[in-house]
Amino acid sequence: MKLDINGREHVVDVPDDMPLLWVLRDVVGLTGTKFGCGMAQCGACTVHVDGAPVRSCVTPASALAGKKVTTIESLGSDGSHPVQRAWIEHDVVQCGYCQSGQIMSAVALLKVKPKPSDADIDAAMGGNICRCGTYQRIRSAVHRAAELGEENRHDA
Amino acid sequence: MTRDPGGLLQPSRRQFLATSASLAGGLVIACFVPFGARRLFAQEGAPPAAPAVDPNAFVRIGSDDTITILLKHAEMGQGVWTSLPMVVAEELDCDWTRVRVETAPNAQVYANNAFGIQGTGGSTSTHESFDQMRQAGAMARAMLVEAAAKRWKVDAATCRTENGFVISGAHKASYGELADAAARLKPPQKVVVKDPSKWTLIGKPTRRLDSLAKVTGKAGFGIDVQRPGLLVGVIARCPVFGGTPKRFDATSAKAIPGVVDVVQVPSGIAILANHFWAAKKGREALDVEWNAGAGASLSTPAMRADYRKRADKPGAIAKQAGSVDAVLEAAGTRIEAVYEVPFLAHAPMEPLNCTVEIGKDGCEIWTGTQFQGVDQGVVAGILGIKPEQVKIHTQFLGGGFGRRANPQSDFIAEAVHVAKAANKPVKIVWTREDDIHGGYYRPMWLSRFVAALGADGMPSAWTHTVVGQSIAAGTPFAAGMIKDGVDVTSVEGAADSPYLAAIAAHRVDLHTPESPIPVLWWRSVGHSHTAFVVESFVDELAHAAKVDPLAYRRKLLPADSRNLRALELAAREFGWGKPLAKGHAAGLAAHESFGSHVAQVAELSVEDGRIRVHRVVCAIDCGPVVNPMTIEAQMQSAIAFGLSAALHSEVTFKDGKVEQSNFHDYRVLRLDEMPKVEVHIVKSTEKMGGVGEPGLPPIAPAVANALFALTGKRLRNLPLKLA
Repeated sequence: MKLDINGREHVVDVPDDMPLLWVLRDVVGLTGTKFGCGMAQCGACTVHVDGAPVRSCVTPASALAGKKVTTIESLGSDGSHPVQRAWIEHDVVQCGYCQSGQIMSAVALLKVKPKPSDADIDAAMGGNICRCGTYQRIRSAVHRAAELGEENRHDA
Repeated sequence: MTRDPGGLLQPSRRQFLATSASLAGGLVIACFVPFGARRLFAQEGAPPAAPAVDPNAFVRIGSDDTITILLKHAEMGQGVWTSLPMVVAEELDCDWTRVRVETAPNAQVYANNAFGIQGTGGSTSTHESFDQMRQAGAMARAMLVEAAAKRWKVDAATCRTENGFVISGAHKASYGELADAAARLKPPQKVVVKDPSKWTLIGKPTRRLDSLAKVTGKAGFGIDVQRPGLLVGVIARCPVFGGTPKRFDATSAKAIPGVVDVVQVPSGIAILANHFWAAKKGREALDVEWNAGAGASLSTPAMRADYRKRADKPGAIAKQAGSVDAVLEAAGTRIEAVYEVPFLAHAPMEPLNCTVEIGKDGCEIWTGTQFQGVDQGVVAGILGIKPEQVKIHTQFLGGGFGRRANPQSDFIAEAVHVAKAANKPVKIVWTREDDIHGGYYRPMWLSRFVAALGADGMPSAWTHTVVGQSIAAGTPFAAGMIKDGVDVTSVEGAADSPYLAAIAAHRVDLHTPESPIPVLWWRSVGHSHTAFVVESFVDELAHAAKVDPLAYRRKLLPADSRNLRALELAAREFGWGKPLAKGHAAGLAAHESFGSHVAQVAELSVEDGRIRVHRVVCAIDCGPVVNPMTIEAQMQSAIAFGLSAALHSEVTFKDGKVEQSNFHDYRVLRLDEMPKVEVHIVKSTEKMGGVGEPGLPPIAPAVANALFALTGKRLRNLPLKLA
């Protein structure tokens, strides 16, 4: 099957029921997207499909023909995306394992709500578990990312 | 060129090639570890002794001015990737922006000075290596100065260092320029470290050095390891602890496309495939029958009943003073209470995994481990090779919380068995279900208290009977940790409670039942239950005495105690006693663990039958501070972890099987439940303590005490259930 991942076409030969997560990690070699629960309970595997957040651990790759998949790797490796900048500025990460998913959820939230309230953040990010308990800094960093996103728009 | 005085310091070839550009002309600081190792696990010796004279390498300086610090501790979120380099850099006077960090290989030179073996845990990392890291930085600096003085033909005393340069009069050279010459010098026998008043980096809020890797998805965790020809495996294990396979047929598992091999190992049957999904499907297809064995009769209600029965009689004495029974007999007011807490899984976000390659010269392991010093011996034992032939590439840990420090190295040993049986490189990955079912839990505990109150409302007698499995029993640490039938970690925080000093007659004793359920240290170990029960019961006594809980603790704790100082700070910053929003109530608790004293005040309400914790004010006295941002993060972190246990998590058994399986029924705290946490650090020149765990113990009792203040109902079991 053909998959559009981060703007590149990948041809993969995998079973129809194989979740996108394992295609990304074990076949395509993009390991930034993480396995945490395998049943859409923790959000570590969050990626975007046509811009909307999905849990890749329960999304069969075969359902994604013609759709655009974007992963944490699409945000770039220099940390310059507003959400990454905010995360670094607010020293969010600890063990870091859940943060790809947290960041992808935050990016999706800010796309639909450029200035989210605390309640918006609670609702959008409640599906992403962090066992290190970085939640308080995630909240503040999402607000900061909203500010940085606005600055970017003004600059543009 | 790098120096390699003991044959231990050479980075692996792979690492060397990857970093050779910055290593060219680099310097490896070799120094002698001047301190005798204090040992956590055995006050009277046990683990392998560190060589008396041992070369040590923590700093490399590249000709491009890059400073590479080798980190002997595992980074599992606790921030040592930043705080330990800060300590080295402080003494080295280098440019902080040029500091890079690499995980050290496994070698005795990287032993934890508190353990005697390489390992990360017990909230020891910063305080056990603080002096060692200062010395490493100071030695490197001294060698750079000496190299500069020789080059300029000046007295070394005329040289000063500043932000990565050595300067003397008009002379100035960067560390990178001097690194090659410095590498040829003999390390000084003795160096003088800075007076704390001169610190510019230690104590300064400093952002993490691992953020960029972790916000870009580039950070390498064990589960991300990719190697040529690597097979991914999952293991079918008996659903009952202690069970074994009765029979199995691999035909249907092998019929799954992608499945390559099926092998039996001591812990179960491994299905190996080209990718995880095929391995998991193969396991689902596997035809296997188990002999469950004696564990099949395990049930949580029966275990609880058994624990209650045991607690009726005193167990092995952990601490006693005075004529407890006589005082209790004569007492006017007797207060009794029984508390219970469940088995808990660590459930780190990164499921357990381990990659193994066995070659003709030895074995290479890629994993996130807290216990390299144990693991290499276990692996060597399985393969019949020498521990030095086991090379461990420690990856970032996607959470540890104690689970990745296993005296049996269970998840590593299992992967080695599979690689050996299959004769192929393998990566074994646990599913979340494997993790919740697979054990090594925080033990289930029961505590029974009886106290007598005097006419003044203060306790005149106190007995505390603890019932629960020993973590040390049956491990190599038993000899060091179990004294006169008492595993010290079972009663830590109870037998040494600071309240006992004010109670003339007291007894703390312990029953240690056995079961096939494997148990392990879980963030804050024994304190995870003793703080809850002791601080809840003290609250009960305060209520019985009709005294405010803060005032009662002021009477019980020595006036100058660090617990009380932390408590006063937390109470003041919270505004203890001031009116709260309607429907809100507050509770407090203070507890010492791992050398630090933490007090917390929690404010909560009950909304739609759910406990909502709104605000936690936390004060910590951990002695001298390396990085305040680390401490603040660790307090938030421990509070979140402790709230998971206080409000949600439990592992229970029915017919020998674990009843929970994943995050839908083994619930943990989510973002929308995170209270606002305010952290205050007590200015302290006391001995340095840990910060990874001490923030956890007080949160459950603070919440339970607040709930009592709100509802008048005392909940004595975790997780707290309103109805």
